[in-house]
Order: sequence, then structure tokens, then C-alpha cells
Amino acid sequence: MSGTHDVPGGVPGGAPGGVPGDPHGGRDRPGHRAALALGDDALVLAQRLGEWAGHAPELEEDVALANIALDLLGQARTLLSLVDDEDKLAYLREEREFRNVQLVEQPNGDFAQTIIRQLYFSVYQELLYGQLAGCRPEDATPVAALAAKAVKETAYHRDHAEQWTLRLGDGTEESHRRAQRTVDGLWRYTGELFQPIEGLDIDWDNLRATWTTSVRAVLEQATLRVPEGSQGAVWAAGGGRQGVHTEPFGRLLAELQYLHRSHPEASW
Amino acid sequence: MVTDTPLVPDAAAPGEAPTPLEAELLRLAGSVPDPELPQLSLADLGVVRAAHQHPDGRVEIALTPTYTGCPAVETMAEDIRRVLAEHGHPDAAVHTVLSPPWTTDDITAEGRRKLAESGIAPPRPGGPAPGGGPVPLTLAVRCPNCGSTETELLSRFSSTACKALRRCVSCREPFDHFKELL
Repeated sequence: MSGTHDVPGGVPGGAPGGVPGDPHGGRDRPGHRAALALGDDALVLAQRLGEWAGHAPELEEDVALANIALDLLGQARTLLSLVDDEDKLAYLREEREFRNVQLVEQPNGDFAQTIIRQLYFSVYQELLYGQLAGCRPEDATPVAALAAKAVKETAYHRDHAEQWTLRLGDGTEESHRRAQRTVDGLWRYTGELFQPIEGLDIDWDNLRATWTTSVRAVLEQATLRVPEGSQGAVWAAGGGRQGVHTEPFGRLLAELQYLHRSHPEASW
Repeated sequence: MVTDTPLVPDAAAPGEAPTPLEAELLRLAGSVPDPELPQLSLADLGVVRAAHQHPDGRVEIALTPTYTGCPAVETMAEDIRRVLAEHGHPDAAVHTVLSPPWTTDDITAEGRRKLAESGIAPPRPGGPAPGGGPVPLTLAVRCPNCGSTETELLSRFSSTACKALRRCVSCREPFDHFKELL
């Protein structure tokens, strides 16, 4: 990320519409809270997927996961720039200030875990962006404009995750076993996806129903068992939107922020 | 990052014909080669949206990214500023607009020809024919090397965000396909 802002009529690097002297740079306005939540989802998942570069099972997957990460990073930059300086937000916030769902910070694990995490998240993001993009262009908020743009990219991410879910679930005994293990293991993080975000005009019940139908169809076709019970009923994971994160998130942030904190303003 | 606040081009309000200067600015900005596909100009790619001269003389160009995360956007903006500076507009501003989203249908016929010529299968056209013509068939992706329509998908993602990797079943050559974004 570079800090060269070019905002006609705006304050370079500043918070658009931010209140002078506001220590949070306008982050507490509802529209900004929404941009921060969606921007953090994209940023954290981009960082996770970037960890695969050079380690994926085959070259095409190295390229695919890096491309998906790049799309997400682009979304994150646009969304976070709506709130404040993107570099400041990415590199200088503490763990409790991030508003991403806990699903995206979960470790890559084996390839199956990455793919199932991708399935759960990309189906959600495509539906969410699709609803946001549904308004008339002249009514579009900046977040809706980004959603209308990014929903087409997300469709490719979802397709990628679906194809791999089918191959892993309906593949060998070992790939099926591992896919099922992570389908069950990550299920508890999916309830949080449907926690309403202030500032977004979304039918959350409809989003949850559509998500469940879509994910169920893919899992069943992949011969995987759909976990029973509502998401998070036994042990309700979630709280990421309120700044509560799981243990692996701290290590992810350390890697993400280390260079910038050690060498402030470092650039290529 | 090059961003904008309103996300709608305040340059050139819809329906307002560009002034001769603005048309010239559009031509100059459009003549800049794409940083990753230098055989195409930004005009071929359809990413230069508008040019505007403010009453106080300031000049502004609206640019739209192909993909949200396209790393070439910043280079494009720099190149446009440089070309405009060389033509007497030293302080031109370039800002990005997202709405309406760019689609592969914004690539001109000339752009498609140049893509195919350089070994990249162009994106297939999308949307119904203007005037409500027949429902379009899903066309095969043609091999840019031998012209065969027998090609297969290797990966949905390739050397850049905008391309997929395919292979020709006839001549066995792998090739990039500028994938559809509609």
C-alpha cells in the first residue's frame, strides 16, 4: 500500500467527512463502521491467502490464491480509504480495533481448510455485495459502488471454492475426510456472518437463508455432510465485529504489521 | 492509492458534450499504453471515463480500474499525468471511479483484435444484442495460436487478475484468456 492519495476536493490522506479533532478519524459514523467491517474482512482474508504464495499444492493454485488475495486487497484498500488513511488503519491498529469476522482470521490449515473457509466466505460475500449493489446507481453509497464492482470478482472466487469443494469432498477417502473435518470445524464461525452491520441496508434473514441453501447444495453435491444445528448454537463463536478475535489473529497481525512498525514509512 | 470520494465522475456531467480541449485530453490520456498489456492503449481497454477542465483551469481525468485490486492503476495514473504534462498540462489530476463498474464489453473491437494478435484470447461479448436480438450463444474460446475452438480451461486465474489460463486441445499450446467480466 502506498499513501499517495489523490482526492479531488478532499483532504489527502484524511478522513473524508471526518470531524476535526475526532481521534477516530470519523470511524464511528455508521457508513464508516460498515466500510471498516467489510474492509477488514477483505484485508485479513487477503493476508491469509497471501501466506499460500509458494506453498500451494500446484503452481496454478499458487497463482489462483494470490489472485484472489489481490482482488480482496483491492477491495480492502478502497473500503478502508473511505474511513481514513489506509496504511494507518492496516498497520497501526491494535487487535481489538479490527472489525472482521472471526472466520477470515482462521489459519489456512491444510488445503481443505483453506477451500472450505473460501466457500463459506465467498458465498457470503457474493450475496452481501449482490444485495448492496442492487440499489439504483444514483442512490449508490461509496460502499455500494465498491460492492457493485467487486461482486463480479467474488463470483469467480466462489466458483473456484465450489469446484475445489467438489473435488475434495467427492475425491479420495483422505480428501473427503479432511474436507468433512473442516466443514464441521469452521461451521461455528458462520453464524457471525449474519450479524447485522450498522449502516448497511441488508435483509439479514434472507441473506442467511440464501447462504445456507447455496452452501448446502455444494456440500451435498460434494458428498459432504452438512453440519446439524444452527450456526454457533453450542459454542457461539463470533464477536469479531465487536473487536473480539481468536488467538491466531494476533500472530497474523504481527506478521502484517511488523515491517511498518519497525521501519515507519518504509516503501519499496 | 488513487481514490476518489464521490465514486461518481464529477468530471463531465452526463450528457454534457466535451469541449474541444476535453476531447483532446481524452485522446491524450487514451493514447497511454496499458502497463501490463502495452500492445493495448487505455482507450482500447476502455478505462478512461472522462476528462474535465475546471473553470479555474485545473484538469482532471476519470479512470476506472478493470479489477478492484489491479496494481496497474497507479502506473496508469502516473503515465497519464506524465503524458498530459508533456502536452502542456503539468498539474493534471487523475482519480479513479468505480461506478458504473467496468466490464470486458468496454474493450473496443480494436482492443480485441490486438489481444488476439498478441496471443491472448479476447473476452467473449456479453449481454443481449442491442435492440433485443436473439439470445446469444455461449461461444467457444478460440486458440489464439492455431484458431481451433477446441480449448480447455486449466485455471480460472492466470498471470494477471483479468486472465484465465487455457490450453488448446488441437495444438496443445497453453494460452491466456482475457476472462469475461460482465
